Amino acid sequence: MDISNFLAAVLTLGIFSFLYKDNPVYRACEAIFVGVSAGYWAIVFFFDNLQKKFWEGVFPPDGSAGDHLLWFGAILGVLMLFRLSSKIGWIARWPLAFIVGATAGLYMITYFVSNAMNQVADTMLSLIVVNDVTGSIIWTQTIGALVVAVGVISGLVYFFFSKEHKGVFGATAKVGIWFLMITFGASFGYTVMSRMSLLIGRMSFLFRDWLGLIG
Amino acid sequence: MRRQVPLFITFFVGTLLIVSVFIPPMENLGEDFTLFFDIIAVFAFFLGGGNLLRVHLTKLYRKSPDWGFSVVTVVGFFLMLAAGLFKIGNPGDISASVTAEGSMFQTMFNNVVLPLQSTMYALLAFFIASASYRAFRAKNREATILLVAAFIILLGRTPFGMMLTAWIPDSWSVLQVPNLAIWIMNSPNLAGQRAILIGIGLGVVSMSLRIILGIERTYLGDDR
Repeated sequence: MDISNFLAAVLTLGIFSFLYKDNPVYRACEAIFVGVSAGYWAIVFFFDNLQKKFWEGVFPPDGSAGDHLLWFGAILGVLMLFRLSSKIGWIARWPLAFIVGATAGLYMITYFVSNAMNQVADTMLSLIVVNDVTGSIIWTQTIGALVVAVGVISGLVYFFFSKEHKGVFGATAKVGIWFLMITFGASFGYTVMSRMSLLIGRMSFLFRDWLGLIG
Repeated sequence: MRRQVPLFITFFVGTLLIVSVFIPPMENLGEDFTLFFDIIAVFAFFLGGGNLLRVHLTKLYRKSPDWGFSVVTVVGFFLMLAAGLFKIGNPGDISASVTAEGSMFQTMFNNVVLPLQSTMYALLAFFIASASYRAFRAKNREATILLVAAFIILLGRTPFGMMLTAWIPDSWSVLQVPNLAIWIMNSPNLAGQRAILIGIGLGVVSMSLRIILGIERTYLGDDR
């Protein structure tokens, strides 16, 4: 019997044992998951970020000139470790401030372009879709374009909380909620599907790869 | 020093990155800073790993209830660290990739981390069933819309949904469940997604400005 398959199967069954009730086997599997995952990511971070990006960036293996600006990142990283000290732990706020400030600066522009500008531009299309050859209206696409336009506008109205949702404004916000509910429903449906497919994957592993009961 | 310096760093770095977008020689600054993030992340992860060890070793030292599970966590952590750092069983020499197939590190990832991770998520399939029951009790109009949309999407992605409405003539094919699911995804769902995305975009702009201008300071924590 393949020992690695056996180990994976035991761990799979250990996690599934939670369906009966919380038990020591499940908790042991959970503890293994926490420890091994933390170890895995520590190693991946160490080799991918510290060795490849920093060390080989500062001292390239091919002997070319290194990027000494990377020391700045390393110094900030070391400052992060000051958090371990109760007396000078406040110095760890500096790298944190760097990350927060840089993330705010980066995301402010990128999110504004990708999430706001591009989405608005993609919505501002012709509401009547016409066949280029025959000149006739393509009703299915026209209805789709209208639905998108109404949905985006009413959805945005719902998110506008500076005005009380009453009268026409309130009715539009209500339509916005309906569109949002369809979106949440669709996301929920997809989440159910993805979890089911994972479950099928695990069952397939147990009954096909491990036990060989199905072909 | 404790608050002013971090606030200045945030303001300076944030403003610099915004300005850099409009100055061509500086447009790659964002990429350089992302590299710094990656390096800082390693040290942050050392802190996180250290904290995990501290918590579990304290439980062990004090013989707290269920300390046995802490032993399992600590052993798992060190086993993976050793397998990765010393490249145990690595088919190449010490310079070969740590994730090379056949190495103990990769074998443990394939046979311990991956099965545990996917089974944890697969477990949610059972709990999502009870969540579905709660969500699918159409108590009001909004819940009914959510129910109908989710139901059509679920049915539309299965052969059963196709079989169920296969009798509908091609001229009305839009009413066949798989096509209806596609239409929902491409029209009303897209509209809702866009409204959310635009909202997120504007929210990020507003929050970024609050952080850069020092109005939002919660990330600094308290003054200890």
